[in-house]
Amino acid sequence: MPWTRKHLLTLEELSLAEIDHIHQTAAAFKKILGRSVKKVPALRGKTIVNLFLEPSTRTRMAFDMAAKRLSADVISVDAASSSTTKGETLRDTAQNIEALNADMIVIRHAASGSPLYLSKILDIPVINAGDGAHEHPTQGLLDTFTMKEHLGSLQGRKVAILGDVLFSRVARSNIHALTKMGADVTLVGPSTLVPHWFTDFGVRVSHDLRSALADAEVVMLLRIQHERQTSSHFPSLGEYTSMFGLNKTRASWLNPKAVIMHPGPINRGVEIDSELADGERSVILEQVTNGIAVRMAVLYLCSGGQTDYVTATQPTD
Amino acid sequence: MAHLWISNARVIDPASGRDGQGDLFVTDGRVVESFSDAQKQQAQKIDAHGLVACPGLVDVHVHLREPGQTHKETIQSGSHAAAAGGFTTIVSMPNTSPVADNAGTIQLMKDTARRDAVVHIYPTGCITVGQKGQALAPIGSLKRAGVVAITDDGDCVQNNELMRRAVEYAKMFDLPVMDHCQDTSLTQGAVMNEGVMSTRLGLRGWPNCAEDIIVSRNIILSTYTGAHIHLQHISSRNSVEIIRRAKARGIKITAEATPHHMALTEDALSTYDTHLKMNPPLRTEADRKEIIAGLRDGTLDIIATDHAPHTDYEKDKEFDFAPNGIIGLETALSISLDVLVNQNGFSLPFVIDLLTRKPAELLKLPAGTLAPGAPADICLFDPEESWTYDAKNGFSKSRNSPWHGQTLKGRVRTTIVAGRVVFSNGKIITSPA
Repeated sequence: MPWTRKHLLTLEELSLAEIDHIHQTAAAFKKILGRSVKKVPALRGKTIVNLFLEPSTRTRMAFDMAAKRLSADVISVDAASSSTTKGETLRDTAQNIEALNADMIVIRHAASGSPLYLSKILDIPVINAGDGAHEHPTQGLLDTFTMKEHLGSLQGRKVAILGDVLFSRVARSNIHALTKMGADVTLVGPSTLVPHWFTDFGVRVSHDLRSALADAEVVMLLRIQHERQTSSHFPSLGEYTSMFGLNKTRASWLNPKAVIMHPGPINRGVEIDSELADGERSVILEQVTNGIAVRMAVLYLCSGGQTDYVTATQPTD
Repeated sequence: MAHLWISNARVIDPASGRDGQGDLFVTDGRVVESFSDAQKQQAQKIDAHGLVACPGLVDVHVHLREPGQTHKETIQSGSHAAAAGGFTTIVSMPNTSPVADNAGTIQLMKDTARRDAVVHIYPTGCITVGQKGQALAPIGSLKRAGVVAITDDGDCVQNNELMRRAVEYAKMFDLPVMDHCQDTSLTQGAVMNEGVMSTRLGLRGWPNCAEDIIVSRNIILSTYTGAHIHLQHISSRNSVEIIRRAKARGIKITAEATPHHMALTEDALSTYDTHLKMNPPLRTEADRKEIIAGLRDGTLDIIATDHAPHTDYEKDKEFDFAPNGIIGLETALSISLDVLVNQNGFSLPFVIDLLTRKPAELLKLPAGTLAPGAPADICLFDPEESWTYDAKNGFSKSRNSPWHGQTLKGRVRTTIVAGRVVFSNGKIITSPA
């Protein structure tokens, strides 16, 4: 099946076949990353602009690295150094980037829907690197990619997503991908952060940690996002940890082979016990590594590349 | 003596119970019973065959943006939009720049309206100084300057003691208090209705209980003080039910519904279109249906547009950052006819009543009837004509309408203010013919 999308805006709009397509392409790129020469000429001569109008470490570095592994030229712009601080509108900023002959734009923005907005304005591909509490599609893709590496097919697999779901774009993208892939998803956390409306997405909503974690094969923790919450969502971080933090006792409820995931950045000792984050069931750093391969696949496919070319591609100097 | 003879119309005047084929006669700006043969000879004649003639429409909720925000709208352009929509009397909100919290600003608005406007404009004044919700504005002076109501518009007074004193004080002047019902502690950072859709879009949601709480507060204050509080643009189904019960107890409250809350729901927001961003937000189908039920049983008294112009470049932003509001004067009649008459089986006279006599009575404005002796403010419209609304060619200075490019049914053909044609077949007529 040829790849036909120009933009990657959401996982909600992708089909299962498209998600598989990205995963297969990512698997091919992951092999390249294991070579001594990790670079391929797939996007040589193309310029990718990372427009990161909200802070990011992992995602930005992974996009940066993915683009460089594909031999693209990369320019990164962040909020502090962009003209948005001078009051320039997103439209004007984006149109200027296009006028500078960029070939693709990767956007991280605090406002939900802004990648869709850009995609309507610009002729070049727009990749969503996280928009508000809406979606973080490449994170959802790399998380499900990582799950598949450990579990194989996700059909019928029990996945618990634990924490601040309300404000989480990571959760939303994972929910869309996981439900398409047939996983059995339970969202768990305090009622103020896991509202019942999520049942509309085809997942379960629970406030009972024990039943949600029982026999789960994946537990995905979400960061408590102090910066997005008002003061009233829960009493304190201490109470959160005592009620919903993942510790050794609670981890023992999981399926013995379960993997522990977290999109980062971690609040050690808040949503997860520090030892568990570093423990053998944790795949947190694998997620980061897979993030490069998945983003290479996304950049490559949305710039018009075909899978065949990837597998045939040889390392370049 | 200037005579105007409108013939062969379906004349609908709910105030006088008139609905039938007939003529309207106007002499020197007022409706008269009949013309003599000599008067008929002299009269300017409009053949209104196939058209409905009704009182000029009345809108008690319009943002005219002048003074201070004339890039969005002016008293002149807003009055032109009103005339094009069949409105002959509009009530302007006080959230101008500066806000209308003093007699001087009201006088400026009235002077500007007298010079520039083609329809009747009545200003409202602020409840509190600077619309800041901290100290009462000079309500008596505002009344003397000519305001027909007081309101803090989008800045709902949060302090209950202050609101209690405001309604108590305004009652002394027989001034209704219009309130935008919103508990702002429940809506911090919110940009759309809270529910499945806000969850899906990752936008911060705005629960309808934020409206219900202030609606209830106002009912309680009206009960306690006997003051008339008018509840603006009701959007929540629970609020409709709360108002219904209060009215059954005889509480002196009134309430309005907008065309957009009766026509649209949050489901339209899936593309983050900022032309669907307003305060209060579009809610669910259950809310929309209850708004219509409320209009049907009289719980909601009137239709008002909340015409809120913003420029293209202000609306052309990320959803979170775009201002609230849409324009509505030029589409209100078509949308009301479509939703209420065509889709929900309301009678045409009933809908016209919601747009004429009832809003005029609510604020005691000299408008809303075609009875002999009344000001000859008349709207002639074709209820069957389909037309494509092009906001770019509209009369408002702004184009922020969700109905741009859509085909609407029911079109205003001629608008007459005090016996003078101010709008006819798509054109504003500024100088007397």
